[in-house]
Amino acid sequence: MEKIKSLADLKKLQDHLRTTIGLRETSNKPDARILVKVAMATCGIASGAKEVMEVFIEEFTKRNIDAIVTQTGCMGYCYAEPTVEITKPGNDPIVFGYVDCKKASKIIDKYILNNELVDGIIPVNYETIDNH
Amino acid sequence: MANIKYHILVCGGTQCHSSLSDDILTKFQELIIEKGIEADVQAIKTGCFGLCEQGPIVKMMPDNTFYTGVKPEDCSEILEEHIVHGRRVKRLLYTSHETEEPVGGSAHKGLLKKQIRIALRNCGVINPENIDEYIARDGYQALGKALTELTPEATIAIMKKSGLRGRGGGGFPTGLKWEITRAAEADQKYVVCNADEGDPGAFMDRSVLEGDPHSVLEAMAINGYCTGADKGLIYIRAEYPLAVERLKIAMKQARQYGLLGDDILGTGFNFDIDIRYGAGAFVCGEETALIHSMEGLRGEPTVKPPFPSESGYLGKPTNVNNVETYANIPAIINKGAEWFASIGTERSKGTKVFALAGKINNVGLIEVPMGITLREVIFEIGGGIKNDKKFKAVQTGGPSGGMLTEKDLDTPIDYDNLIAAGSMMGSGGMIVMDEDDCMVAMAKFYLEFTVEESCGKCSPCRIGNKRLFEMLEKITQGSGTMEDLDKLRNLSYVIKDTSLCGLGQSSPNPVLSSLNNFYDEYIEHVTVKKCRAGNCKALMQYIINPDNCIGCTLCARNCPVNAISGERKQAHFIDQDKCIKCGACMEKCKFNAIYIN
Repeated sequence: MEKIKSLADLKKLQDHLRTTIGLRETSNKPDARILVKVAMATCGIASGAKEVMEVFIEEFTKRNIDAIVTQTGCMGYCYAEPTVEITKPGNDPIVFGYVDCKKASKIIDKYILNNELVDGIIPVNYETIDNH
Repeated sequence: MANIKYHILVCGGTQCHSSLSDDILTKFQELIIEKGIEADVQAIKTGCFGLCEQGPIVKMMPDNTFYTGVKPEDCSEILEEHIVHGRRVKRLLYTSHETEEPVGGSAHKGLLKKQIRIALRNCGVINPENIDEYIARDGYQALGKALTELTPEATIAIMKKSGLRGRGGGGFPTGLKWEITRAAEADQKYVVCNADEGDPGAFMDRSVLEGDPHSVLEAMAINGYCTGADKGLIYIRAEYPLAVERLKIAMKQARQYGLLGDDILGTGFNFDIDIRYGAGAFVCGEETALIHSMEGLRGEPTVKPPFPSESGYLGKPTNVNNVETYANIPAIINKGAEWFASIGTERSKGTKVFALAGKINNVGLIEVPMGITLREVIFEIGGGIKNDKKFKAVQTGGPSGGMLTEKDLDTPIDYDNLIAAGSMMGSGGMIVMDEDDCMVAMAKFYLEFTVEESCGKCSPCRIGNKRLFEMLEKITQGSGTMEDLDKLRNLSYVIKDTSLCGLGQSSPNPVLSSLNNFYDEYIEHVTVKKCRAGNCKALMQYIINPDNCIGCTLCARNCPVNAISGERKQAHFIDQDKCIKCGACMEKCKFNAIYIN
């Protein structure tokens, strides 16, 4: 990593990152990739989020599905850990709760491949501040 | 590949459930098969939408239309109109409270605005171990803006204008604290982050550090710029290993980018951060005790003044703020003081993160604007009380706070209102209690915690709290007297008035608050030796109903203390003096002949 030498450099880097990360996250293009975020705070990990994340990574490799699996912090739904947010290109993100390893496979079969929802969807009931 | 185009989401939260959401779901599923559209449309049950008062809720996707108060007989119309004809069913559309206009489509955003996430803006959104994701979401822009475009005075002025108050519990105005630290003259100053989250049931700070560590680092650097400090210290408990690990990764990445270290962003400003570990003592959340602990001394508080802003770590001016306070700061600098001050109530601005725990359906982390009511938090966001039990009280402010009851449900939550209601904001733990919780036992639980955590330096706290605990123990054992109730109250006031630090000054609050709100329960424990919640074991009686007992002798054979007597084939009897209330008899009885009085 190079040092950022001024505010202008920081802004340039931000613009660059916004396009790369932003493309990944919010693009409506059909060729954009599926994004899977696993909530990995203490609460999530204690309920098995690490194993669930491994299932997603393994299954995607095995089935040749082009997707990004990443970790994130607490989404706030402690009652339904482990929680996983899945964004399919062109769709709103959907949060799935109570995702154990078995359910992770089911989500791949049903939602990712078939656009069919499975039980335990958590409606997102908050707004985060608009950063732009 | 099959591709389902429409989804019908039926709320499966407890409250909607009790108003027929299952029937609605079945009805939709039947109709979908009947019409032969199962390849395109799917109906499914979801978690609680947090709109319970208007349930049952049905959400249509992908166009995000909300229908409220849906009945099974409406399903056919929704399917026919909405999905087949693409027309919304107006009479069932969600109606906004403010405008009384039906809200449909993407305008639904307004309806879920109960939670606004400022401190948690990146939690569950970014990968906390990747600084790039933080930068993409405006990370370090506030620091850059302060360093290049604002003077320290101007930055402090923004903080003061925003109205931000300390989120650790005290509620001291953050901008004012910064100004005092800035005004202190010294060759070295320090910025400290208090991450010693100790209230039972509270995990807000841990979640912020685990989900968005950079927001805290950035805010500490801004604080250093404003107060004239080049050294930051994070005091964190060793019980938070994941938070520590993520902080370390974040610090390393920030240094690699030159966002911590010397000559940050080419402005000549130097700032770096170190971590100090706490051993998990509750009292070390008190800022003077925290500072002593960092100095390698015993974690004991000292009298204020001098305040840490004047003389703190190693006798130098030290600015101590809490994790959540810091997490708000970059957003305030970026979006402006006016924006922040537009959220909340007159004297409490912005939002507050709460950890919802206890007998509530949606246990979790929430961030709500100040001024929201307890009713909205518990019954809408929290999804109501578990198992449809009755709400009894909610403890805010941890062991230093008090209980809020039915009468406080519609009070807007802010620093001043909570104090007026006999509790306090505290760091943000909210423990919800239902009718099965005994208030005397609850007060005892908190006192037990305080007794354990008192550092022992001053006698009111060390001895007084112990005596309070013993009296509560006596009452829950059924040997309390009316005199004890008066003693409880008097001793509580003495401890509050004479203790050295905040721990002792607030430790009797759960006792006083339960005495004020649930005095009748105390009296019942003392006079009729009854615990209405069935919580205090010593006051319970296992009794055999002679009408149901057939005299099988199974209970008598299983009683570990031989308290049950009776002839074969005749009703048995439990000797209450011998009974230890283990419940073995009731478990074994096959005829439901044993009950608890």
